[in-house]
Amino acid sequence: MVLLVLMVAATVGVLRLRNLFGVVVMGGIYSFLMATVLVVLDAVDVAMTEASVGAGVSTVLLLASLHLTKTEETASRHSVLVPLVVALGTGGALVYGTLDLPPFGVAEAPIHEHVVPRYLNETVRETMVPNVVTSVLASYRGYDTLGETTVIFTAGIGVLMLLKGRRRRPAADRPAR
Amino acid sequence: MKHDVILRVGAKFLLPFILLFALYVQFHGDFGPGGGFQAGVIAAATVIVYALIFGLDAAQRVVPLAVTERMIPLGVLVYAGTGVAGLLAGSDYLDYSVLMHDGPHGQELGIFLIEAGVFVTVSATMLAVFYAFAGRGR
Repeated sequence: MVLLVLMVAATVGVLRLRNLFGVVVMGGIYSFLMATVLVVLDAVDVAMTEASVGAGVSTVLLLASLHLTKTEETASRHSVLVPLVVALGTGGALVYGTLDLPPFGVAEAPIHEHVVPRYLNETVRETMVPNVVTSVLASYRGYDTLGETTVIFTAGIGVLMLLKGRRRRPAADRPAR
Repeated sequence: MKHDVILRVGAKFLLPFILLFALYVQFHGDFGPGGGFQAGVIAAATVIVYALIFGLDAAQRVVPLAVTERMIPLGVLVYAGTGVAGLLAGSDYLDYSVLMHDGPHGQELGIFLIEAGVFVTVSATMLAVFYAFAGRGR
């Protein structure tokens, strides 16, 4: 609960601050709090990812892009009404979606009854990997992780093309079509 | 930040351990938390910290941009190739059980290989994106 309150405080900080450096730092704090919440929920693998990607690498990337722009946020000239309606609508839809979920931590929830018992009981015999997260990610759900890796590959190629393409080939020496 | 003695000495002391921790997360992922993705990010973070303190040129002497650009598709290739290996050994795509003399050992080898593929792609992508951002301001 304390962690969630701190996360709300960090979010308000992000909203209130005009200095973008402060916003980036607040974002990093938010990610670390999120990682701590995930540790409390026993999702250590996800917490590790959140701490290293959310708080580590993306903070550095945001600072690097901040280096290319101004550090003060300019006042918005658009009305806040449309974003407010979109945010409230999305939030309302998500809250409405949680109403149908089984209560938190219930053993009879559908997610615990489908393939999970087999994964938990058979992982050591079938794959010799005691960490079920690893065996599910890499073996039982290998296709999904292949897709995930391809997504990272595609995203990396996309960013490289956007950021590097223009500098390397100025308009003058581009081959004529 | 090149002239800050404390940062430089501190980084030189810490960076080997961060890299070692990345390898630990990679190879101990079967037993504890972690795996290719987390280890890749930590390994990339090592080089990023090095670049932040010693400069981009020094970091690119250690890991050149061209190397990262080749590593990005290499990881996906290792992953997909492991799948094809299962296919060639006479089973389904991404079924590792046939890669070695018995099922569990094959699974262990397959998981090791695909985690290595994830590690290569993730670390190279993170590093290449950082290089792209950091190199643009010059």
